[in-house]
Amino acid sequence: MLRFVAARLVQSLVALAIISVVVFVLARATGDPLYLILPMSASQEDFDNARRYLGLDRPYVEQYLSFVGRAVTGDFGNSLRARRPVSELIRERLPNSLKLALFAMGVSLAMAFPLGIMAAVHKGTGLDRFAQIVSVLGQSLPTFWVAILLVEFVAGRLQWLPAGGNEGFTSYVLPGFTLGWFVVAGLMRLLRSGMLEVLDSEYVKLARVKGMGEGRVIWLHALKNALIPVITFAGIYFAILVTTAIVVETVFAWPGLGRLAYEGISSRDFPVIQAVVLTTAAIVAVVNLCVDCLYAVIDPRIRYAR
Amino acid sequence: MPAEPGTLALPDVAVPAAPARRALRPPGFPFAIIGLFVLAAVVAPLLGLPDPHAQSLRDRFKPPAWEEAGSWKHPLGTDRLGRDLLSRIVWGSRVSLAAGVLTVLVASAFGAAVGLTAGYYGGRVDAVLMRATDATMSFPVILLALILAVTVGPSFTNVVTAIAVILWARYARVIRGQVLTLMHLDFVAQARIAGAGAWRIITRHLLPNTLGTLLVLVTLQIGYVIIVEASLSFLGAGIPPPTPAWGSMIAEGRDVVTRAWWVSLFPGLAILLVVLAFNLLGDWLRDTFDPKLRQL
Amino acid sequence: MSGPVIDVRDLRTHLVTGWGTVKAVDGVSFTVAEGETLGLVGESGSGKSMTCLSLLRLVPRPAARILGGQILLDGEDLLAKSEAEMRKIRGRRIGMILQDPMSSLNPVFSIGMQVREPVALYHGLRGSALAARAAELLAAVRIPSPAERLRAFPHQLSGGMRQRVVGAMAIAAPPRLLIADEPTTSLDLTIQAQYLGLLEELQERHRLALVFVTHNLGIVARICDRVAVMYAGRIVEMGPVRRLFTRPAHPYTRALLESIPRLGARAARLTAIEGQPPDLARLAPGCAFAPRCPSVMERCRVEAPPETVVEAGHVTRCWLEGGPEVGAPSGGTPA
Repeated sequence: MLRFVAARLVQSLVALAIISVVVFVLARATGDPLYLILPMSASQEDFDNARRYLGLDRPYVEQYLSFVGRAVTGDFGNSLRARRPVSELIRERLPNSLKLALFAMGVSLAMAFPLGIMAAVHKGTGLDRFAQIVSVLGQSLPTFWVAILLVEFVAGRLQWLPAGGNEGFTSYVLPGFTLGWFVVAGLMRLLRSGMLEVLDSEYVKLARVKGMGEGRVIWLHALKNALIPVITFAGIYFAILVTTAIVVETVFAWPGLGRLAYEGISSRDFPVIQAVVLTTAAIVAVVNLCVDCLYAVIDPRIRYAR
Repeated sequence: MPAEPGTLALPDVAVPAAPARRALRPPGFPFAIIGLFVLAAVVAPLLGLPDPHAQSLRDRFKPPAWEEAGSWKHPLGTDRLGRDLLSRIVWGSRVSLAAGVLTVLVASAFGAAVGLTAGYYGGRVDAVLMRATDATMSFPVILLALILAVTVGPSFTNVVTAIAVILWARYARVIRGQVLTLMHLDFVAQARIAGAGAWRIITRHLLPNTLGTLLVLVTLQIGYVIIVEASLSFLGAGIPPPTPAWGSMIAEGRDVVTRAWWVSLFPGLAILLVVLAFNLLGDWLRDTFDPKLRQL
Repeated sequence: MSGPVIDVRDLRTHLVTGWGTVKAVDGVSFTVAEGETLGLVGESGSGKSMTCLSLLRLVPRPAARILGGQILLDGEDLLAKSEAEMRKIRGRRIGMILQDPMSSLNPVFSIGMQVREPVALYHGLRGSALAARAAELLAAVRIPSPAERLRAFPHQLSGGMRQRVVGAMAIAAPPRLLIADEPTTSLDLTIQAQYLGLLEELQERHRLALVFVTHNLGIVARICDRVAVMYAGRIVEMGPVRRLFTRPAHPYTRALLESIPRLGARAARLTAIEGQPPDLARLAPGCAFAPRCPSVMERCRVEAPPETVVEAGHVTRCWLEGGPEVGAPSGGTPA
């Protein structure tokens, strides 16, 4: 088991390393940020000075190595635009994003599980059809469009819920719901199909033959097996969540990492871009690692398969 | 909790000569919608619609025809610059469909190639390729597209590239999985014994058996790509104006959604319809070809 | 010890499928006494498995429905019971072993958990008493190092072992009736023999009534006291094993026996049974075997033969045996 975790850890680090190179190259390729930072009246000398000051004149490889060296200690340099340490910016914004993501994930799981399972158990009934419609719709709706409509109608006209802002729990609802909708749809469909397959299996039949109560059969015997494909995808869905967050944060003016990335890219702020991408990738990698471990915990065949 | 147990596996029942599985009814709705949009996209110039770029300050923010102030000259209303919405949606479909199809084709071709290679050769080749695949999969698509948009400027090519560059990883994973299963089957061993080389085995034996899966994946992914492209256009990093793109149309209507709700609503509906159609079609394809792919 | 453990009377189970209503179990009657083994023989689709599932009232819903008849377990009619009552009966009074040990054990739970589960439910044991009892059960089915095996997972055991575990779960109560649905079909030949021996031992120890479903006449000869031959949802012949093997009354039984190659017999051609198994959704009136019967008569195609007594304890459904005797009992009585 330990070997398994160690192997996955190494994999994640390698992936992160690749990403750091890619993002480094890309960030450099976004063009010269100095044009955005220095005023129009700046002279060539000003440019050269600024370049030297910001370390932008050193060879690329050197820049990369120093970047990596400092990144590992959490020092991502200073934001070119805000003149503050990027790590500070991240520390401010990251919790907001995480809270929103967790809220969205929590809501998604709370909705997807009962719906998906019950849809399978009551296959063919109205509930099942409803669940299938919800699932297909959820994966076909463009998030940002829904977000806009929600802001307009639910927050604007009906005034039921605030559109972002800081009013405590209610602020989370609209953006969280918008963010999680896609995940609900996907998870619910996975659960439904997983449960359908498992409910047909011989071991479920045997559990009933043994006289086990229906509740135990569904929620213990069947569900644990149906979870396997769900968990496999949970990591992917989380990554999608992170990606979608950029759009949602923009629409709801949520002060999170996604907004930071957007701002950073618009102003060609290398350090910010690099840091955000790496942080995001790191979070995704950690989540994937946890998911893989969870997978091994649930399915003993994986654990002992080495 | 139901009083009777749920569905159990049917024990042996004498199945007559009739086919063991009825072919599922081809889904009318998705085909119709897709056909409609594709047709509209292809013959757009011939439809006699108003010029999607034609601005008219007089006709700004005209509501759809069934509203009080609307008229049938602009059935779905006009936008901030007086441009006809219906026309822009039709023209926008060219962009979205082209982006969707092209991206998915490129990504699937490359991804399948990687998956086939990794699955066939196994060992170190497989390990290396899968590392690359995993690394790629965890890169956020939209971030990459945003960066590219700022690098080289937003454009159709950039959108396709940005998405394809990350999307292929999905195909690689799935195809590789399939190939691994196929490799255990006898016909591969037989081909080898008969002296077939790697290329031949891959193209003549493995690839045809993965086409079904590929088709399902491709169809299911087109919808996703269209949404991503729309999201990018919405953020300003997708198809640049003045080309009508559904995402940017929604963005334009965002500020006036209170009084001119149609500007954002209809493009969104278009996206919803097209993506829904592709998803339903993909589901049907999957159920027909291989229900075991249910997790896609 | 009065009366049989299980007395099935005119059981009918229908299946509604996309291509018609299938009469999977069409008026089946039999009894099994304590300590007795009844073999249930037939081709795929003859209704053997459906009959067993019907006994437990676990037919696949909503497609299948038990339409009528009586299932008397120690005198109580199971078809009149509520679902909650049936749940108390399953496992505790009727145990079942399924065919494929690979798939009948839940892959994500340990053997221990799956064996402890019924024991806890039936006997209310907890903790170390529970664990001890579970180990005892594994020992009873002759699994070596039972205490260690409890921690193992199904994929770590061989097919034979898994089937023993399933056997252990089936006798956890122990039940009155044990149904074994082709338990050795998926096992290697050498393991098969061992398993049959195990079943016999368990039966004797707990005085179980055993219903053994199989399509293998060799196993029937070895382990069964009586045998019922099923075709198209009906029992076409039932009686003591020796009797059926030496003097089969029904043409189908005869054909089955003749299709077994015999060592030492002169190399004549093996007789296969002509034709195909019937389409259960579209059964013609009359005897279901008529299209394939070498001794078919006109009457057979028109009227389905009722159960007739050939000899005490030996019944069949065939016009060759003439009409029903007056006052003949239905179902076999132990010889």
